[in-house]
Amino acid sequence: MAVITVERKPLTFLERTYLPQIAGGLKTTFKHLIAPKKTLEYPEERPTIPDGYRGVPTLVMDPNGREKCVSCQLCEFVCPPKAIRITPGEIPADEPDRAHVEKGPKAFDIDMLRCIYCGLCQEVCPEEAIFLQNQFSMSGYTRAEMVNHKDRLYELGGTLPDAHFKWDKKKAAEEHGNTH
Amino acid sequence: MFDFYFEIPLVLRLFIQGLAVIMVIFPIAGACSMAERKVAAWIQDRPGPNRAIVPWVAWIPFLGKFLQRLGVFHVMADGGKMLFKEDSLPGHVNKFYFILAPIVAMIPALTTVVAVPFGAYFDAAGKVIPLGLAPLDVGMLAVFAVSSLGVYSMILAGWASNSKYPFLGSVRASAQLISYELSMTLAVLPVFLWVNAPGTPGTMGFGAVVEFQSQPGFLGGMWFGFLMPVSAFIFLVALFAETNRQPFDTVESEADLVGSFHTEYGAFKWGLFFVAEYSHMIVGSGVFMLLFGGGWNPLPWVSLATAVGWLGHILPFAHAPLFVGLLSISIFMGKVLAMIFFFMWVRWTLPRFRYDQVMKIGWQKMLPLSIANLLFYAIAIALIQK
Repeated sequence: MAVITVERKPLTFLERTYLPQIAGGLKTTFKHLIAPKKTLEYPEERPTIPDGYRGVPTLVMDPNGREKCVSCQLCEFVCPPKAIRITPGEIPADEPDRAHVEKGPKAFDIDMLRCIYCGLCQEVCPEEAIFLQNQFSMSGYTRAEMVNHKDRLYELGGTLPDAHFKWDKKKAAEEHGNTH
Repeated sequence: MFDFYFEIPLVLRLFIQGLAVIMVIFPIAGACSMAERKVAAWIQDRPGPNRAIVPWVAWIPFLGKFLQRLGVFHVMADGGKMLFKEDSLPGHVNKFYFILAPIVAMIPALTTVVAVPFGAYFDAAGKVIPLGLAPLDVGMLAVFAVSSLGVYSMILAGWASNSKYPFLGSVRASAQLISYELSMTLAVLPVFLWVNAPGTPGTMGFGAVVEFQSQPGFLGGMWFGFLMPVSAFIFLVALFAETNRQPFDTVESEADLVGSFHTEYGAFKWGLFFVAEYSHMIVGSGVFMLLFGGGWNPLPWVSLATAVGWLGHILPFAHAPLFVGLLSISIFMGKVLAMIFFFMWVRWTLPRFRYDQVMKIGWQKMLPLSIANLLFYAIAIALIQK
């Protein structure tokens, strides 16, 4: 390795008085004094959430307003901190517009004190029913409050556009006589 | 109109005047603490404290919001906190001196105000009468004598705290104050040499200095800051050191001394030190403006009398002593507040000097410079005024 000896120039008289440097510093700070402020005033102003942000996991409905989750429990299985608990259930017979849906969760709890926002549940979900969306702040006074139950998860998730309409296709196929 | 006021016994009148000045200095010191936070925030591209508001002020359409954004109510919140929080007294301190120290800090800080005139008016004969609590003829000496007593409070606080960092801090503080007082005193001497021309009654008063800066003509209207820039510079640097402000903040350098002499203090006792520091700043800025910044003259080469003469063309009551007094006080206060802003501006610009650098600058740079400066002006003044 080549060693380069850098000659250190002696300071000039003005530099030794510090004064030009102080004046320069004052100029810089004054520019900042009158510059527009960079603070985001949080509760009133919200940051713009980038695409692909992993916020609080939520359950979404399809455009027909039906729940997409079929309680396959893959997310519960894959969840590294075991934050998800699902109680599987059947579709009640008295709901004709959900007649073609295979199954649905009776209960779906995500413990937000355990969740690590890794997004594996979203990745693993075969029904595209669970998404980590934009909400980033969760707070509560008790541990129980920090568990998101099914209704809360749907409230947070809302409806997302669907590319597949799986249950509509299944209904059409059934009406044509080939259920599989 | 105000005759009844002059019929009050003198003692009572002086008491009222003193109280009035304290009532102005205390809120200014409080407002300075907020200004410090706001200026800090603005320089760091932040908006600063802007949330606290009293509900009924929030009902005022635009002003309420403006005051809230300005952080005005944080001053009250801060003050209330300081007043009502637990005033703890550590077990290991010397209690008497520990409580005495903040009180001793306040006394010189508020006493120096007495000698500083803060405005002027013209009497019937057109003579300038300075407005002040006690327009002493020894003004400058009085300020120097009393303000250096401030170091006792620091030594007392550091010693009574009976702990390592406060002690080191107070030792630093006393050494720093003594070092810079020398060059400060030498820096103002040329001003008084120039003012006390042969054949005039000798004075060390501020009123005479300001009057000297309000004479007609190019040299007469020139402020001493332009006439003696080196003196002004030395005085300013020494003022920063005397008030323990950045970059001479070694007394309170939290990285190596925690909180220095007020490490063990809290609540109201700490608040007293704080107010004392700001009072020192206010008085120091006032003295600087009187000596080098033209006092209550609005602009260089525009004296108060000229300005009042101009205003007389527009306002019929411009020559009334009350109006002139208020005008001069606002001009002077404006200058002092600008100086205090400069203190804060410098604080967020310059890093702190190391302690050995502070001593080196004080003894090896400022002191020889001030002596050379004094010699130069002494010879020059002797040649001019012979």
